[in-house]
Amino acid sequence: MEQFFQQLFNGLAVGGIYALVALGYTMVYGVLKLINFAHGDLFTIGSYLGLTMLVSWNLSGLLPPFLGMLVVFVMVSLFVALIGWALERAAYRPLRNASRLSAVVSALGASIFFENAIMLVYGARVYVYPDFLRPDFVLNIFGVAIPAMRIIVITVTVALMFGLWGFIQRTKMGAAIRAVALDQGAARLMGINVDRVISLVFLIGPALGGAAGLLIGVYYGQIDFTMGWNYGLKAFTAAILGGIGNIPGAMLGGFLLGVTEAFAAAYIAVAWKDAVAFLALILILIIRPTGILGERTADKL
Amino acid sequence: MALLTISGLRVSYGGVEALRGIDLRVDEGEIVSILGANGAGKSTALMAISGLTRPSAGEIIFDGKSLLKIRSHDVVSLGVAQSPEGRRVFGTMSVLENLCLGAFRIQDRNHIETTLEWIFDLFPRLRERKKQLAGTLSGGEQQMLAIGRALMARPRLLLLDEPSLGLAPLLVKSIFTTIRAINEQGVAILLVEQNARAALKLASRGYVLEVGKVALEDTAANLLANPSVREAYLGG
Repeated sequence: MEQFFQQLFNGLAVGGIYALVALGYTMVYGVLKLINFAHGDLFTIGSYLGLTMLVSWNLSGLLPPFLGMLVVFVMVSLFVALIGWALERAAYRPLRNASRLSAVVSALGASIFFENAIMLVYGARVYVYPDFLRPDFVLNIFGVAIPAMRIIVITVTVALMFGLWGFIQRTKMGAAIRAVALDQGAARLMGINVDRVISLVFLIGPALGGAAGLLIGVYYGQIDFTMGWNYGLKAFTAAILGGIGNIPGAMLGGFLLGVTEAFAAAYIAVAWKDAVAFLALILILIIRPTGILGERTADKL
Repeated sequence: MALLTISGLRVSYGGVEALRGIDLRVDEGEIVSILGANGAGKSTALMAISGLTRPSAGEIIFDGKSLLKIRSHDVVSLGVAQSPEGRRVFGTMSVLENLCLGAFRIQDRNHIETTLEWIFDLFPRLRERKKQLAGTLSGGEQQMLAIGRALMARPRLLLLDEPSLGLAPLLVKSIFTTIRAINEQGVAILLVEQNARAALKLASRGYVLEVGKVALEDTAANLLANPSVREAYLGG
């Protein structure tokens, strides 16, 4: 039973990170009907920028630990958000009226560009986040020992998701994003600047992705320039699982995938965790082709 | 005083000309009707006014300004709102959210509240259903919502595309009564309609479009009496 709960919390922590990345895929898909294949690399950039700020600039040493971490968190998100904004301007906007395939190829190209740019700047070796960043105390929850780091990651990811949800549901710009996702032409008739809404989505998604990259660095400790592909694929899977284009779906899909993986690793074998995760995806898509919360529309991908 | 003047307007979709040079005018506070068969270019004309399709030639002047130089999302702030063909309400959003989006460019909260009250008075059904998702409304209610949403922008010119399409006869009557009431508040209306008789009873003038050209232009009374119009659009 102890192992069950430990794996559950492990799965929720990783799942929360998947969910943050999945939100970027799903929001972009919502407004542009495009899979932003470069999103996983924005996540990697978040990891590397976090490392630079924490180690090379020593922000966590110069400032009180909590404040330092917060500053790094905000700066990484802002930086990656700006890169995401520039990506849309350079790689997607000029192709807005081209065929969808052109935009997909552009996305793949952007992904390769980012991956190689990271390698050129940082080198091809594996980097390690310093250990002192990880709180090593263990919380006792209902008699089960849970590392504090897992609770922190879960709290941060859930808080960000609530923040996003509130923004999307309760603000005027959030309503504009939903309107653009539903019907761009009608949104323009309302006086909504569709280009600006798309830019906003390319700020929010990458900001969350960058934050997730920092979290994974602190949580697992090890990063390399190709990891965006791996985590990106998982997060993309999570977005599909929940129903692509659907924001709560991405959150649910992320947590579900994380927990499935954690249990597969614990009760079957670590080597089987990816296989089980994708098997779950296949099964759910057989039962519900549009994902768990996806709407039944004919025109998806 | 001409509020909207269209001259020599041409629009093509991939080599096919939907509008082949039309001239049209709407005066301040007037109801003008555009009649014509499917594919005559009626909706294209409205979409060109709203800036959602760009013409290849011609000019659209609203209130002395050329709309062709204005980005589509800014047209509504000048005072031109549209209730589009097929209603196009935001189905997974509530009635109230749809209406508020209509007032997207208006900052003044009091102004929005007043307009909302006006629309709920025009369409009491919308008040009853303001929390309901737009996609779950009946066709008639969705049409009311589409018109109400356009009115939330407080337009001086309201473009209505097929407001009676697919509605029960009783509902059509009530929608047309409401359109008159909206017009009596000083809103000019450009009305595209299949239901030619009802449209001409409401309008002061009308245009008949045939394959992208204005075939006929006259007062509504004359068009109602015109033998060729009677035969083609009023069922003999």
